[in-house]
Amino acid sequence: MSEQSRLEIWKTYKIYIGGQFPRTESGRSYAVKNAAGKTIANVCQSSRKDVRDAVSAARAAWGGWSNRSGFNRGQILYRIAEMLEGRKKQIKDELIAQGYTSAVATREINLSIDRLIYYAGWCDKYQSLFSSVNPVASAHYNFSVPEPMGVVGLLAPQKAPLLGVISLMAPCIAGGNTCLILANQEQPLAAVSFAEVLNSSDVPGGVVNILTGYQEELTDWICAHLDVNAVVCYEQGELDWQKMQEKGASHVKRMFRWPATQLYAQGGQSPYLIMDLQEIKTTWHPVQTIAGSGGAY
Amino acid sequence: MAGKKPAFNIQILNHSTVEQTGVEERAIRFTKRSIKGASKMQGLHMVLSMIDLTTLEGKDTPGKVNQLCIKARHLHDHIPGLPSVAAICVYPSMVSVAKKALQGSTIKVASVATAFPSGQSSLRIKLADTRFAVEEGADEVDMVISRGKFHAGEYAYVFDEIAAVKEACGKARLKVILETGELGTLDQVKKASTIAIAAGADFIKTSTGKIQPAATMPVTLVMLETIRDHFYKTGKKVGMKPAGGISKSKLALHYLVMVKETLGDAWLDKQLFRFGASSLANDVLMQVAKETLGHYQSPNYFSID
Repeated sequence: MSEQSRLEIWKTYKIYIGGQFPRTESGRSYAVKNAAGKTIANVCQSSRKDVRDAVSAARAAWGGWSNRSGFNRGQILYRIAEMLEGRKKQIKDELIAQGYTSAVATREINLSIDRLIYYAGWCDKYQSLFSSVNPVASAHYNFSVPEPMGVVGLLAPQKAPLLGVISLMAPCIAGGNTCLILANQEQPLAAVSFAEVLNSSDVPGGVVNILTGYQEELTDWICAHLDVNAVVCYEQGELDWQKMQEKGASHVKRMFRWPATQLYAQGGQSPYLIMDLQEIKTTWHPVQTIAGSGGAY
Repeated sequence: MAGKKPAFNIQILNHSTVEQTGVEERAIRFTKRSIKGASKMQGLHMVLSMIDLTTLEGKDTPGKVNQLCIKARHLHDHIPGLPSVAAICVYPSMVSVAKKALQGSTIKVASVATAFPSGQSSLRIKLADTRFAVEEGADEVDMVISRGKFHAGEYAYVFDEIAAVKEACGKARLKVILETGELGTLDQVKKASTIAIAAGADFIKTSTGKIQPAATMPVTLVMLETIRDHFYKTGKKVGMKPAGGISKSKLALHYLVMVKETLGDAWLDKQLFRFGASSLANDVLMQVAKETLGHYQSPNYFSID
């Protein structure tokens, strides 16, 4: 069959929950358009029940993921970067289809891969860097150690369709959290393709869940969900930050808004962003040798 | 039955074949009903009132059983107007603990008996086990049938055993566990249901919860239809208790739909329908809380079951 007469097979862009690629339970979809206003794909318009399912999947995956060694999490983040390297062309094509120039698309992907590598390196280091042994006036050791918060809701910015997702996700999972990500609403294709990368990168199902849909519809449900421990977004006009904080206040959800200007800059990656999604646990441990106990015995 | 033990008649097992594909397709259809808003809330309340809150573990302690009884009485006091569960289901050795903890409430104490869960023991020991549970104060007895004897074709033995245990129960209501996961086919489920009902079961129950698969919708449908046949023949209502594997409220609502559409409203009552479950209650409570408060819940805010 000649190339001309062959009917091209188009990809169905689905959501990513618990290591599976279901369609939204609502059965809804919306059209993704290119710069010229032409429809280039239909994607799932996720519902609050998809949010709920994603949170359940993230919660189920949390125990295993947070208990992995930092070293192992680092290996897996590195693996994601390796896999993404191999999918460069596909994602670049998708970015170009949505109006990016070839040079900008290449830069976005390269920065994304480098950012993954950056956080892969931090996985087994941030804990020792940010832990402390605290002086106390009794025969105890006193340690403060960062521990992952749990399930985190990540609202991707309405620019940088791939880098935005990765800049939120990488510090979150590097620190042992699991997450659900609401992809860029107008340009979600790269995020969905990135889910396919995740699915082939040794990331256990449920650690990262990616939904596509309307930010205005789903933000409140994510912020009000009692089983989501933290929410992170970038500064952007479309989000009603005060309302989000009110929704999260009833159960003291941790809410973060990272500066959007940093997305492409060096400051867009930092171990302090890992630390935003950590709780500090302080432990008292009795000193066990008499010699070491000083005068207190 | 009034003191007279029924006798086994092999004729009752005639025509006890089931068309598996038909049953499975029919069972799937019950899951397609849309239940929302007020009817969903009513259904969830009904599910709560039908739960036999269960703990059947080797590591059960009086403390654990006490805790479960407190949960049974106070499901989630933040939300007013919730029913209490139907019963607590424990091992015979824990019956007195549960009985004491539930004093003054209408919650029943159910006890498993007859060498639960395998049922591999002598009739003498099974009867002693039953009497012990009843003497300790059990309102309901959940017995297991001898699956080994059943597979060996000794239907009369299985029948007589159920009848004997029924007699030993006295006033306590008898639930007969078929352990459908070990019966193999729906035909066998139908046979076992028929035997249990004829021998005097007040309830028939799918599973012990120790074997997979436990309760499934097709298996429960076959049992419900056996109950229906018996009702048409004799006018006597036998209860149904699916147990094991029902941990989500949506699935529980599907079961209620199946009961209503197979047996009718009379069976939508804790006197005739129960869920044997431990984690179902919390899922239902989280759904009720979500409907009441308007946002999704976290298990952290509900008591451990």
